[in-house]
Amino acid sequence: MSATTRPALYGDVIRERWRRPRFRGELSGATVSAEDVNPLCGDRVRMQLSLDDGHVRAARFTGDSCAICTASADVVAELVEGRERGAAATLQASDVLGVLQADIRPTRMRCVTLPLTVLAKALA
Amino acid sequence: MRLDEQTRGDFPILSRIVNGHPLVYLDSAASSQKPRSVIEAMARYYERSHANVHRSIHTLGEEATELYEAARDRVQRFVNAAARDEIVFTRGTTDGIGIVAEAVGRTLSPGDEILVTELEHHSNLIPWQVAARERGVKVRAVPLVGDGLLDLDALDALLGPRTRVVAFAHVSNVLGTITPVADIVARARRVGALTLVDGAQAVPHMPVDISALGCDFYVFSGHKMFGPTGIGVLYGRRSVLERLEPARGGSEMIKEVWVDRATWNDLPWRFEPGTPPIAEAVGLDAAIEYLEKLGMERVREHTHDLAVQAATQLAAIPGVRVFGPRHERGAVVAFSVEGLHPHDVAAALDAEGIAVRAGHHCAQPLMRWCGVVGTSRASFSVFNSPEDVALLAHAVADLHRAFT
Repeated sequence: MSATTRPALYGDVIRERWRRPRFRGELSGATVSAEDVNPLCGDRVRMQLSLDDGHVRAARFTGDSCAICTASADVVAELVEGRERGAAATLQASDVLGVLQADIRPTRMRCVTLPLTVLAKALA
Repeated sequence: MRLDEQTRGDFPILSRIVNGHPLVYLDSAASSQKPRSVIEAMARYYERSHANVHRSIHTLGEEATELYEAARDRVQRFVNAAARDEIVFTRGTTDGIGIVAEAVGRTLSPGDEILVTELEHHSNLIPWQVAARERGVKVRAVPLVGDGLLDLDALDALLGPRTRVVAFAHVSNVLGTITPVADIVARARRVGALTLVDGAQAVPHMPVDISALGCDFYVFSGHKMFGPTGIGVLYGRRSVLERLEPARGGSEMIKEVWVDRATWNDLPWRFEPGTPPIAEAVGLDAAIEYLEKLGMERVREHTHDLAVQAATQLAAIPGVRVFGPRHERGAVVAFSVEGLHPHDVAAALDAEGIAVRAGHHCAQPLMRWCGVVGTSRASFSVFNSPEDVALLAHAVADLHRAFT
């Protein structure tokens, strides 16, 4: 149980994105927004997008969520910014996992996919 | 000998190594592990005696029926119900509440009221909400005071001539609050309301005497008390069960059937449609036998002591908040760690082989009262030791390292 030998629980990207998310906050001038909860844990993610000329110009998220979900939301917001609306809607969990560089257990996959569900609702 | 020293060897699963550490299982309130005697009783039943029950006129059918009905007798003695026909086998606590809510729901009229409490598990909220919506009935909740006790003055104010049902937990699955069942039942009876007690967190951990509690319904699950999944118990006072129309139909629960009508079987089978969980009843019988040998007063004392130790040690850690009453509590301790999400706490503890529950614990109204999205929760059983509590406290104190 030595603390010094304990490996970090999550990878560097998840810990960095969770501690210092770049896309967390309110988006002034948002044109669409959506929110959803993870029924397993009660986590809540809200996503705001500003759509202009068929493109996602900016994206921000807020909510109460675990490290994995927060990191995922941060990555989702980053990946959709600048994308054409249709391309943003095709964002997959594998795209997010690629950025997170993490092996996520099946029991935590909902933490990764909640922000994608919210994104889909916002773009619907 | 300490209870954990006596019992630890009875649970084969406890020899597992999880993530490089010996398993420390602190999630018995979600589902208990199984002693060898339960696993073997079910295997023996399947290997020697399995057949359908009640109408099988052959040796195996008779053996299966005897075993199934013997389990009912043991349950009756264990919880001190007045009669064996007041013990209905269900699929679990949720199922038991559903059976009552559907049957009682049919007797309700618009304007009637169902009283629940703010600390209920969703299983003791949703069936009533469904019944209420169908019948134009209102669901109201007894609020909490202090560190999570029911506000009995508010209960009195809420009780009235329109109150038809009062449904509440015996022990909160999050706060560990032990509710004053007999007192609440007496107050409810004064206005003529039926009472249902969710005993899922009580029966595994303390002596429960249903006759002394005086409630009309009492429900619990087999899998939280060393028995298998898929079986639970609904106690119903005979005089109440007799006047209720069963809401669910099928074989087993009938006396005579025509294509367009039927008459109902006697109690308790009237409320047991379909082939029942026979092997599970055999397993539950073995589980109760195991608990009886240990003695429920000893089980209560051991698990209560561990919960109080855990609450005290966790509360002493900077940034850790412990929920629920400090002393008089069931075998669960919910806590939160400042700056860390409960799921991340559980994942970090799991990396050390410590299994705890995290999330809203199917009690979202209670989470709102606590002002949190969720909590982590450690729960204790006979095989847990003070060393398990110390390992938990040490790991929690060290948690922030896992995230830096």
